[in-house]
Amino acid sequence: MRKPTRRRSLLDRIKSFGKEWSLPRQLQGQSHVDKAAESSMSRSLRPRLEEADSVGTSICPYCAVGCSQLVYAKDGKVIHVEGDPRSPINQGTLCPKGAATFGLLTSPRRIDKVLYRRPGGTEWEVKPLDWAMDRIAFLTKRTRDESFVRRLPDGTLVNHTLALASLGGATLDNEENYAIKKLFSGGLGMVWIENQARV
Amino acid sequence: MPQWDLANSDVILVMGSNMAENHPIAFRFVMQAKERGATVIHADPRFTRTSALCDIYAPVRAGSDIAFLGGIIRYILEKDLWFKEYALHYTNIATIIDERYQGPDELDGLFSGWDEEGKRYTYESWQYEGMTVPSSLAEHYIDTTESFNDETKRLSEGPPPQDMTLQHPNCVYQIMRRHYAGYTPEMVEKVTGCPAETFLKICEALTKNSGPDRTGAICYAVGWTHHSTGVQMIRAAAIIQALLGNVGRPGGGILALRGHTSIQGSTDIPTLYDMLPGYLPQPHAFKPHETFKDFLEMEQTPTGWWANFPKYAVSLLRAWYGDAATPENDWGFDWLPKIIGDHSQLPMTVAMRDGVIRGLFLMGQNPVVGSSNSHMVQRGLANLEWLVVRDFAETESATFWYQGHQVRNGEVRPEDIKTEVFLMPASLAGEKAGTFTNTHRLIQWHDRVVDGPGDSRSELWFVHHLAKRLKALYAESDRPQDEPLKNLTWDYSEDDVMGEPSADDVLKEINGYTWPERKQVGDYQDLKDDGSTACGCWIYSGVYPAEAHNQSRSRCPDGPDGPGTHLGWAFAWPSNRRTLVNRASADPDGKPWSERKKLMWWNAEKGHWDGHDKPDFPRTKSPDFKPDWDSQPQGMDAIGGADPYIMIADGKASLFVPSGLKDGPLPTHYEPVEAPIRNPMYKVQGNPTAKRWEHWDNPLHDPGSPDYPYALTTYRLTEHHSGGTPTRSVPTTAELQPEGFAEISYELAEELGIKNLDWVVLTTARGEIETRALLTHRLRPFHYDGRIIHQIGLPWHFGWKGYATGDIANVLTALIGDPNTSMHENKALTCNLRRGRLGKGH
Repeated sequence: MRKPTRRRSLLDRIKSFGKEWSLPRQLQGQSHVDKAAESSMSRSLRPRLEEADSVGTSICPYCAVGCSQLVYAKDGKVIHVEGDPRSPINQGTLCPKGAATFGLLTSPRRIDKVLYRRPGGTEWEVKPLDWAMDRIAFLTKRTRDESFVRRLPDGTLVNHTLALASLGGATLDNEENYAIKKLFSGGLGMVWIENQARV
Repeated sequence: MPQWDLANSDVILVMGSNMAENHPIAFRFVMQAKERGATVIHADPRFTRTSALCDIYAPVRAGSDIAFLGGIIRYILEKDLWFKEYALHYTNIATIIDERYQGPDELDGLFSGWDEEGKRYTYESWQYEGMTVPSSLAEHYIDTTESFNDETKRLSEGPPPQDMTLQHPNCVYQIMRRHYAGYTPEMVEKVTGCPAETFLKICEALTKNSGPDRTGAICYAVGWTHHSTGVQMIRAAAIIQALLGNVGRPGGGILALRGHTSIQGSTDIPTLYDMLPGYLPQPHAFKPHETFKDFLEMEQTPTGWWANFPKYAVSLLRAWYGDAATPENDWGFDWLPKIIGDHSQLPMTVAMRDGVIRGLFLMGQNPVVGSSNSHMVQRGLANLEWLVVRDFAETESATFWYQGHQVRNGEVRPEDIKTEVFLMPASLAGEKAGTFTNTHRLIQWHDRVVDGPGDSRSELWFVHHLAKRLKALYAESDRPQDEPLKNLTWDYSEDDVMGEPSADDVLKEINGYTWPERKQVGDYQDLKDDGSTACGCWIYSGVYPAEAHNQSRSRCPDGPDGPGTHLGWAFAWPSNRRTLVNRASADPDGKPWSERKKLMWWNAEKGHWDGHDKPDFPRTKSPDFKPDWDSQPQGMDAIGGADPYIMIADGKASLFVPSGLKDGPLPTHYEPVEAPIRNPMYKVQGNPTAKRWEHWDNPLHDPGSPDYPYALTTYRLTEHHSGGTPTRSVPTTAELQPEGFAEISYELAEELGIKNLDWVVLTTARGEIETRALLTHRLRPFHYDGRIIHQIGLPWHFGWKGYATGDIANVLTALIGDPNTSMHENKALTCNLRRGRLGKGH
């Protein structure tokens, strides 16, 4: 944590003048881009990521350029996100969206509980995750069982349901897309499976 | 082409993209090329920051891109500036087409084979003379009157008929010259609004910077795909690049700038209706896909790499159904659901609206903002029995039942909406491990650094635990329809107390392993069609080639003195190849075209291909290899040593496409479905095969309708992302672009008495929205036939949730689709505009 700064008196200012002002030090040969640019204030500033207790490699969650990021965390909370300088794509840089990744992860608008709206309801209700999973599994099975078609009237085998649909995938991991396609298509027989590729 | 390879280009055309604003980090490479002397060109309806940074800017009316690109093709052919050695050997320019073929130049906008009643083409007359060529896309099978299989077998009997002197009246070269004869600089100016002088400067820059010593690149984005002729716009670019020898070479190529972090991955491993992983077709009820044998016969191409199709299909079924997949039950082929038509997103809206779909999962997508015809989407959601939304914040799609347009305008009360809604908190990258595939096929792993807040979970967790619950619910069933779920392999290990399944396990399955030993395969060339391998997505084989080797985690870039292909940085499918078709970086004899553009070459001494990249070609196939036609060669045996396009049945780039396109073998200018003018080039107005969903909730405007006189184009902003949830919910990006607006030219504003920041109302037959006017010189009216065509630009990210709000642009848009992809046409519509606001309750 940075200490609160005390207002400096005139005497302090005069005393620190020789020590803090850059010009005399530049005249003594220090470089204006590093040594002579320092002050007691700048020396006390520490990078956020110095406090991190863990760091991982991430990929920007926005567009498809695929910029690499370094995600720094402390006590299980993200404290900093920046471009990975090793990446041949972004070489440490990020655009305005990529630079907002920290704000995305820590957005005050994030929800942390399942919100449920019953049929005809006028407000959200908070529900346990397990309850929601059980209910969704029940609804999925019921809708599938009520709508499953083995064969078309002409005898063609189709083994599908037209009553279940899934939308989304372009923001998700390959492993997640694979699991969605495998369960929904290969397991449940869903055919309405789409993502943002056509948007 | 890899994005960083743009720095090696000598000319770059950015079209259908505002790259500087929407892909700023990739645009750095364009700027690096410019610093090295490259000419950079931008063609677009709007003068954007991309235009400002370019050497040449061409204003092009929205939807007129094929007239512009066709003009470039004509220029190249008429001035004889194509790269002869490349195109003559590596494309089908010399191939002779069926004598029945007729083009739009003869039939006033139609190709031969038009079926007026069915509004579709039959493809016989587009084939090579005496030979039916299967498509190189996911859907190899095409509808022919004769047996498709017998027809395509002729590909093994001899090389395609060619006239290397290019004199044959039906060779592709002569057909293209006739087809594009009318695309003169004067016609380009008339149709697109781009001055002929500017257009010719661009033609010169492109042709001067292509050849053995120089290469050019074309970058596009949704500015091309969002049209009823989107696929053909990209095709036109492909023709230009193949003619100029700009494919498979350093600094050459076409770069699709895609919009979501893993939109490429979700196409490769498709959460899409028409494909199985690795671009295998989803079985179709109305195609000869009745049995697995039929499916293989119809979809396996006799020649080229796709002859390996059965290996990939059997390995996928083994991965999904494990030991339950046997040769006796066709590896479980019948368990795969068959599609019966177009189940893509636009008809999905209709199916929800009409009550066909009863339960919907939304995973990280926000269709109320992002889908065409938002009112219809909202009515569709209100018609569902249940809806699961998985996202990190409240989205418009999760809140339609209390804040949607129909609730606000009194059309419906929340009490009357029966939809049961679940909004579940989702984890984001950084909170879960897995891979994304970027726009140039690079598969990159991301770590789990922290946990998401509270009950936030990954989609993998959600699907995994839903699968476990469903398997338990169906455990006692003995109905045949439940066999696929019961037999579905699902044994991913769980990492921790939250029960997070191992993404590592899933990636290993995607990569593939031997069965039943589960030893990782090193490459897709190890896959078999006898059930001894299981593989979730054949093109990803090699990403996890050994037990403790996850190549997507590799982070070793080339140093400043390295070749710059960065083979040690993550994994590019297939087989870590960075530049596809890179055999074409060498001449037919296997020598680099020039020292300056050296990438791959034939090492005669060692008998294999060498170079800076992994060869996208059989490593030991010599350049002088010729197929032995007497032996009826199959697969790669029918592909010569100088045929670099191995995924195509004849190994050559298709300037003329005999199969796989619904709307014609050559790109042709049609007006958008909703156009402000009549087609100046042909009697046929719009793409005759464009998809239109006729529904009272989806009315379309007639071309030139006086009620909707202005051209409307939608676009994106640097600070916001697509449906907006991931940026409108973030304070910094919301502050940078806090509310919606429409860009209007000063000329139109003066006509309508609109001042800067005034409220304006935009109207289409689908709905009305209100927003603020932003007067600008960036959008200029076009002049056509003595008329002024005004264009209005509208960013589409906004909605009612988050910190940055605005009315939803997609209220105005319609369900109209490209016939090949079902992609909508939101880049070119018509609308009306007035000063004022909408009434209360809007």
